[in-house]
Amino acid sequence: MAWVNAIIQGVLIGGLYALFACGLSLMFGVMKVVNLAHGDLAVVAGYVAIGVIAVIHIPVLLSFVIVVPLMALVGYALQRTILQGALDRSVLTTLLVTFGLSVVIENGLLQFFTANSRGIGAGLALESDSFSLGSQIQIGYLPVVIFAVAVVVLLGLQYFLSRSKYGRLIRAVADDKEAAQLAGADYRHVFGIAAGIAFGTVALAGIAYGMYSQLDPTAGTDTILLFAFAAVVIGGLGSLWGTLLGGVILGVAQEIGAQINISDEVLAGFIVFLVVLAVRPQGLISRGAQS
Amino acid sequence: MTVSGAKGNGEAGEERPDDGTPLLVVRDLVVHHGQLRALDAISLRVFPGEVYAIIGANGAGKSTLLRTIAGLHHPTTGSVRFDGKDVTALRPERRATQGIVLVPEGRRLFGSLSVQENLQVGATYARPGPWTIDRVYETFDWMRERRGQLTAQLSGGEQQTVAIGRALVANPRMLLLDELSLGLAPVVVQRIYGMLAQILASGLTVLLVEQDVSQALRVASHIHCLLEGRTTLEGRPADVTADQVEAAYFGLAGAAPADQPGEGSEP
Amino acid sequence: MSLATETTARHAESFRVTRSRRNVAWTGAGALIIVVVLALFPYIVYSGTTAILVQAFIVLTLASMWNLLAGYAGLVSVGQQAFVGLGAYFVLILAIHGTSPFAALPVAAIGCGVAALPLWWLVSRLRTGYFAIATWVLAATVMLIIEKFSSIGGGTGMPLPGLSGLSPTLLTAYTYWAGLAVTVAALVVIYLLLRGRLGLVLTAVRDDEVAARSSGSRVGLARMLVFVVAGAGCGAAGGVLAISQLQVQPSAVFSVQWTAEMAFATIIGGLGTIEGPIIGTVVYIVLQQALASYNAWYLIILGLVAIFVALFARRGLWGLVDEHLHVRLFPVGYWLRTTGPEGRRRR
Repeated sequence: MAWVNAIIQGVLIGGLYALFACGLSLMFGVMKVVNLAHGDLAVVAGYVAIGVIAVIHIPVLLSFVIVVPLMALVGYALQRTILQGALDRSVLTTLLVTFGLSVVIENGLLQFFTANSRGIGAGLALESDSFSLGSQIQIGYLPVVIFAVAVVVLLGLQYFLSRSKYGRLIRAVADDKEAAQLAGADYRHVFGIAAGIAFGTVALAGIAYGMYSQLDPTAGTDTILLFAFAAVVIGGLGSLWGTLLGGVILGVAQEIGAQINISDEVLAGFIVFLVVLAVRPQGLISRGAQS
Repeated sequence: MTVSGAKGNGEAGEERPDDGTPLLVVRDLVVHHGQLRALDAISLRVFPGEVYAIIGANGAGKSTLLRTIAGLHHPTTGSVRFDGKDVTALRPERRATQGIVLVPEGRRLFGSLSVQENLQVGATYARPGPWTIDRVYETFDWMRERRGQLTAQLSGGEQQTVAIGRALVANPRMLLLDELSLGLAPVVVQRIYGMLAQILASGLTVLLVEQDVSQALRVASHIHCLLEGRTTLEGRPADVTADQVEAAYFGLAGAAPADQPGEGSEP
Repeated sequence: MSLATETTARHAESFRVTRSRRNVAWTGAGALIIVVVLALFPYIVYSGTTAILVQAFIVLTLASMWNLLAGYAGLVSVGQQAFVGLGAYFVLILAIHGTSPFAALPVAAIGCGVAALPLWWLVSRLRTGYFAIATWVLAATVMLIIEKFSSIGGGTGMPLPGLSGLSPTLLTAYTYWAGLAVTVAALVVIYLLLRGRLGLVLTAVRDDEVAARSSGSRVGLARMLVFVVAGAGCGAAGGVLAISQLQVQPSAVFSVQWTAEMAFATIIGGLGTIEGPIIGTVVYIVLQQALASYNAWYLIILGLVAIFVALFARRGLWGLVDEHLHVRLFPVGYWLRTTGPEGRRRR
């Protein structure tokens, strides 16, 4: 039964991974930018939440309401300034700049917060309690809530992209930004909105991660960025629901790996990623070919 | 030497349909692609209600001219004035909201969006005016039924009409059409140009680039021929002979290049 | 005569293509002198200085490799630490089995070059941005796999055997010379590669990939070759690292910090020029020494400077020099001299 528990756990954590990944995927789909600092932003959001909670003593759930929009605004600003500047130069420059940002952020966090990991505790029963299915299956409330939130966010994102005015603009700009300009749309503004959404979702994921596990300065890359990318590749580049499937597969692979040998958890996930990369680079739900 | 004997910038001596103020004034436009001089001191004036056709061989600079007017290229020197205002420094999206809307070469539809969504995007920053998505559906009758289809799945001719529709719903004051006939069967091209009359009826001014000279001569009220970035001919279709057009188009001996203001001698 | 042919004919006589300006012979002599002087350092300077120089050699080798990848082949790899680590472990494994670590260095380089092949196969199909992260994942995976083998130290690492017989002075000197040799070899290999066919192909690709492919250039092969050479170079540097630290710890040799250092040094010095990494390494070492007591600050400052340079001074410090003096120490391009009114123009 440990296996069944592991698989369920893996499925649920897949939701969190999908939440990490959707912003990365969105930014690449719209602006062709791979933001190497993507994971670090999640960690920053987590630390900001910790700071905000410590200073104003608000409940954890309220910290979401403050930090997520804040990070979205930061995303818009960063995109309009630094990232747009880098994009105007070349793809190479954006990679270099985001990599630089990643290193600066991580080392900055190390300087100010030390390498110790911290969690975001709400003191809620939610976080540690679990419920039982049958006699042998234990499922934590928190992972279920996180998974549900992930699904809701993905649904919301899909609805936004397919039905709203800005969603259409985002898709149009992603297809052909020059033609969008001819239709009156300032693509820099649209890019900014996409970045804002990406930063917002990853901030949400980061705080959730801080509640579920612990945050440390290098988690942004070690855990979040690499896992998000693995989820995107496994699930197929360019597909929102594929990212959820990818996250789930990654999570399950990790849990199975952990069952075999506790230290093989991360490795198991990466091996699945490598297999998919070798066998079917466009992922399991492909939407358009690789270059 | 232009047909009417006047200078290449279309100044005094020419009869124009609405002899009031021009809607578009391009003066001494010089555009470079890297180190290549694509346009060499081009000047033109387009009056409201005209169909102004720019013709010329491949590489003559026609599309560059249109794209510069639309804001996608920055001129090295020269100016573009629209409705009395200098728009030379304006970004393309701002020009679109001012009323200069380009239907680009190759259609450039949003392939992953449906017909309806393409039109919706076109209408997002639309100016007030007679054109709505509904009116576009009425004008191009096949569209309403297939409005949910992704534009990447349409035929060339259908895509061209959607592209025109997308530009129309923005309610432009001046519509720029770049190589409508490219890649389309002649029958389809005829049909599309046939609809042009309906479009013009709503008071639009049209500036178009066309490689098919006879087609251009048929629809235009004024033509302007480019060769290697310079003006070689300008005037009303009625006033030019086929020989003159041919000479201007190919740069044959006997077609003296037009005097360009500010330009020196011949090559 | 038509306008077109007249123009071409008139301009044809006024172009001349030359390989380089007059200074390459001087540079070659100068470089030789510098290398000889550097080789004498263990006799002249304190061991503290040679230790810093060994570090400089490692970073310079890494930066030159990263420059080859990103500046010439357009491959932004954020996973080169995989090869640094593999190189270190090659040396460790051979040392455990009785080989002198110094003799193991060339084997480490070759081994890493070979290891680069399957890795290339895995990631070569990905687009630039995804390629970058994929290399990172690969590096993390390689580290996790190596950590499973307790015979080479597992997760905590182990000391490097085979060097205890040497006196400290001799050890320092040998380490220094090994670092110098690796660096010189790396720079020579890169220079020769870029000066030959490979350089031409890569430059063509840099300008216009589609045109390059359609003209028959074996673009994929060129990139693979670059990836393999970079793997070998980083592996050799990793071997020197192992020797200089006298131990091999996975978290140290596989740290992404190596990529950060090589990337920042290259960007600041000048991406896409052979001289750039040299300058960048100097800047890096100076900063590191100056801020040694402030922990991670040097990396933060280095990172911020690199971001600034990438955005505003694209060609780095060397680019600024080049623009004003038109100097190339290691000429791998061509000069196009025109005698027309447009003056001299660099290719």
